[in-house]
Amino acid sequence: MQIIKPAIAGTTESSDVQIMVSPNNGNGIEINLNSIVKAQFGDSILETVKEVLEAFDVKDAIIQIQDKGAFDWVIRARMQAALCRGSETPFDWKQVE
Amino acid sequence: MERKVTLKRTSLYVSCANPANMNQAVFYNEDCLVYDLEDSVPPAEKDAARLLAYHTVRYHRPEGKYVLIRVNGIYSEFFEDDLEAAVRARPDALRIPKVESAAEVRMVSEKIGKIETAAGIEVGSTELWCNIESYLGVLRAEEIAKADPRVVALALGAEDFTASMKATRTKKGIEILYARNAILLACRNAGIDALDAVFSDINDEEGLREDTMLAKNLGFDGKTVVHPCQIDIVNSYFTPSEKEIRYALRVLAVVEEGRKMNKGAVTLDGSMIDKPMELRARTTLAQAAAAGIKIGGLGSDNK
Repeated sequence: MQIIKPAIAGTTESSDVQIMVSPNNGNGIEINLNSIVKAQFGDSILETVKEVLEAFDVKDAIIQIQDKGAFDWVIRARMQAALCRGSETPFDWKQVE
Repeated sequence: MERKVTLKRTSLYVSCANPANMNQAVFYNEDCLVYDLEDSVPPAEKDAARLLAYHTVRYHRPEGKYVLIRVNGIYSEFFEDDLEAAVRARPDALRIPKVESAAEVRMVSEKIGKIETAAGIEVGSTELWCNIESYLGVLRAEEIAKADPRVVALALGAEDFTASMKATRTKKGIEILYARNAILLACRNAGIDALDAVFSDINDEEGLREDTMLAKNLGFDGKTVVHPCQIDIVNSYFTPSEKEIRYALRVLAVVEEGRKMNKGAVTLDGSMIDKPMELRARTTLAQAAAAGIKIGGLGSDNK
């Protein structure tokens, strides 16, 4: 999947996460994480983000994360929404089990 | 496919545009939790809400609750993707807004069946609640209720219904009395649950109590609530009385006795006990058990 434009999903409300994706002009993946629970869950959040990037085969993007204590499944959902918006590709539900 | 008896005293909508509310909603006492993709989600957020609904219901669904997803309207641009996401999330049911004919129900059911097949889900396992929200829906409630085996409940949407009738919505609700009765008749005829409309004023507890008492007396099985503060009050009205529980126990006792003696039909107090009465007795006991009422003797195993 190719990120072709900046896109945002999620909010900065409590229990949510706002994820902004943008093209990185061939410089690979760059992730910036800002989280109120970074000390406790930073690694776990990054792991989830990387999993989604891998599943969507995204190799070139800047990912900016403003986390307000979102659960794992919220981060996953927001990442998927941001990537779909940034690539202008609708989510393919038929690929879901 | 045989359906389980499930409690539907209260159903609470929670917006899939708001993760905080979604997290909190599981801690209240509602029997049914409805993850909403329709009215509470702005058009630009439908895609994200769909993903949030899917991940929440598929992987983190609350235990001990009947879980639904309300999709957008059948003729909306969002409907097809909503169905794909919602069926794959494996909720207990989908809540379909503004249903107006049996043909619509059958069309939806067919689409769901295809998705179930593609996703490896047992075909027919996704139940349907049909929201009746227009005069046409009320006029056709009977055919909608019997349109498809997936349909397990009809729910009245009073605000849209009164708008379609050019009626004025009042707290006393005389303008929706016919609709309430039409839906009840249709549901009883089809052997499914009937769910009453919301009481919108969350600051009027007395009004909520009067409205819920009326719904209970008319025969509804439960009511949709608009705010968590309404849940315990509505639950209290739809929780069976001691007299109702005792009668349910007696019904199940004679049914059990009839089975042991291979009797085709049994009677209680001179009245024939048929399958719907047995089902109602089981529902009564399930409602009582959910409310924390201890039931001794025969029937306590019949939740």
